[in-house]
Amino acid sequence: MSELIKPYGDTTNDGAIQLSFTLPIKAGGVAREAARQLCLKMNLDNPQIVHMRDLGGGYTFFVVYAKVLEGVDVSTIYVPEAKVPTWTMEQVNQLAREKLGRRITVVGACTGTDAHTVGLDAILNMKGFHGDYGLERYSEFQVYNLGSQVPNEVLVAKAQEVQADAILVSQVVTQKNIHLHNLTQLVDLLEAEGMRDKVILIAGGPRITHELAVELGYDVGFGPGTVPSEVAAFILQELLGRNGVTL
Amino acid sequence: MSLKLRVDETLIARARQAAHRITGDVQAFIEQHTTTSTERAVVRLFGVEGKGPDDVPLANLVIENIQDGGGLDRGAAYWVANAMARHQLSPQEVAEAVAQGKLDLPKVALADEGEIRQTATLLAREALAKIHHNRATRASMLDRWGERPTPWLYIIVATGNIYEDVIQAQNAARQGADVIAVIRSTAQSLLDYVPEGATTEGFAGTYATQENFRIMRKALDEVSEELGRYVRLTNYASGLCMPEIAALGAVERLDMMLSDSMYGILFRDINMKRTLVDQHFARMIQAQAGIIINTGEDNYLTTDDAYEAAHTVLASQFMNEQFAHRSGMPDELIGLGHAFEMDPAQEDGLLYEMADALLSRTCFPNAPLKYMPPTRHMTGNIFMGHMMDGLFNLTSVATGQHIHLIGVLTEAIHTPFLHDRYLAIENARYVFGYARHFMEEFQLKPGGRVEQRAGEVLGRAVELLEYMERVGLMEAIGEGVFARVRRKPDGGKALDGVVAKAQGYFNPFFDLTLKGGAQ
Repeated sequence: MSELIKPYGDTTNDGAIQLSFTLPIKAGGVAREAARQLCLKMNLDNPQIVHMRDLGGGYTFFVVYAKVLEGVDVSTIYVPEAKVPTWTMEQVNQLAREKLGRRITVVGACTGTDAHTVGLDAILNMKGFHGDYGLERYSEFQVYNLGSQVPNEVLVAKAQEVQADAILVSQVVTQKNIHLHNLTQLVDLLEAEGMRDKVILIAGGPRITHELAVELGYDVGFGPGTVPSEVAAFILQELLGRNGVTL
Repeated sequence: MSLKLRVDETLIARARQAAHRITGDVQAFIEQHTTTSTERAVVRLFGVEGKGPDDVPLANLVIENIQDGGGLDRGAAYWVANAMARHQLSPQEVAEAVAQGKLDLPKVALADEGEIRQTATLLAREALAKIHHNRATRASMLDRWGERPTPWLYIIVATGNIYEDVIQAQNAARQGADVIAVIRSTAQSLLDYVPEGATTEGFAGTYATQENFRIMRKALDEVSEELGRYVRLTNYASGLCMPEIAALGAVERLDMMLSDSMYGILFRDINMKRTLVDQHFARMIQAQAGIIINTGEDNYLTTDDAYEAAHTVLASQFMNEQFAHRSGMPDELIGLGHAFEMDPAQEDGLLYEMADALLSRTCFPNAPLKYMPPTRHMTGNIFMGHMMDGLFNLTSVATGQHIHLIGVLTEAIHTPFLHDRYLAIENARYVFGYARHFMEEFQLKPGGRVEQRAGEVLGRAVELLEYMERVGLMEAIGEGVFARVRRKPDGGKALDGVVAKAQGYFNPFFDLTLKGGAQ
């Protein structure tokens, strides 16, 4: 059954959206009309240029409200998501002890140019995120958090040194899609070292989806809002599976 | 300022005393050693510029030649001046002859010791005269146009292409920037040489080179003239080439430099002995140049919790202050860093941020504090982020901060778009203007939340510093007291560039500056 939806402003299916952008033109009547026509070309209905501001140097900033004519049929959408059991920290620790019989080693890093460790720390640091303790707190996990701006080579070397079961890569801030380059390069490196099949490779960050991660050669991708226990459960489940343990 | 934070003054004195002793304990080691990068800085200050075979900078070739001959423990000045005296060459000609394999510095027959020292001292005097001239040029421009009200708006450009940076920097100045910082290419801090020439390709930043410094200085002087106010230029000295980049900054009239005594150790895993020796020379030159240093304590709060770890920031500020003093740097040039990084979900977080910011202000009343915006808790919710930046701006103006790195609403998404930067400046200028005289009108409640918080943080900082005094700096860093990062005295990069000074070590810059010979 079709389930068509459109953006909501204050009335169902009114299609109301807001957007902002800069055009390389001095502010004025021509600039305003240029912004309006651009919105019409984007198939937006009734664009209202609510703010126009000259930024100097021949650039002008616009804030626009408009209506979207098209909708999307959500009944036709399929989004692959990682299958993660809902286990608590205690359950993960207990299962690891009983079924795996050894501690799990994890290496994490923000790679390349990225200096933003907020996502990585949320998953790894003792304190965790959203009331869910980080992996450092797990008795059965040994965590190496390499921090920010770590070259992929360093991450791979560390994973090799400590015989990591899982590698966590976080990419938050990007410029010209450099995060994709970083993520791909890591997979290439691991393959070159013959390590790819020996580790569980995990990508995380606000722009990461499971689908994207899998496409890039990762085992799983975690987007915003992920809590540490989901990551821990995924790693354990995967390790058990690879060791032929059934629950 | 009339807004006054009342804290126990004896605790401030104890913190400073402990930091003074901790730095004193390592100062002996520092003064007994030199580094390859310190000696390259000497060569560059003598005026050597350019590349040799395989694009290796001449400064590196000269130092490698001396090191290979086992002579680095006497200092580059000694060997360069000796070759000059023997062969009637300029420092540049000496370097070029070394690059061409025509000169092997440690094998040049020794001239009279007095003549060597005189030649080197003369060169150092010339270099310092140039640096002092730059300082006077800056002062005359500031006299002509007046100083800007604080907090100064500090804005980053980072395109990778110095010519593109010029366009962005001039635009940012026109939009209201008081200070322009050109972010370096990723991992330049780990290069053991300073690239040469103008550069147009970099990763998430632009290489720091002498030519790039010159180009940007000229561009900012132009826009300063246009706007009728002096626009300051900042670059980054921390890293393996700290003394060299400091020297180039001094020669090319940079106004501020990121220059931390421990950042390289903690966040770049550079060997601690190397960094400690390097920072001493770097800051000595920066002090001569009137360059305001920026320290990197804000980084601690990207790996540690801002509420829990505020005392580590304060303790580190005392450390940076004491190290800077030991390089002859006055308080007015010590831009101690800190940041607005508490969890926005924290009740009364604004009060605690104000408490911490006021505490730094109170402990370092004459230091131009460098205040950094929220990064850790910034998300893709740019509207919330803009609000957080607004409160950061308010805290800055309400607590008398000096150098204010603007917070940009898209912090967690990408390097700023043109309008992101515009919105960020608009936000800061609005709040600064709207609350301009906040400090003159408000007082704290005695014994209230702000004073209690500040007292706690100060108490914990004293505890930490006195503990560090007992175990020593290197041991304390090994335990991870700062940013929870652990480093060992012989670990990390580039320990091989640290050399014990021999009896006849000679570096005229030390004699002329720290011993007052330049006056």
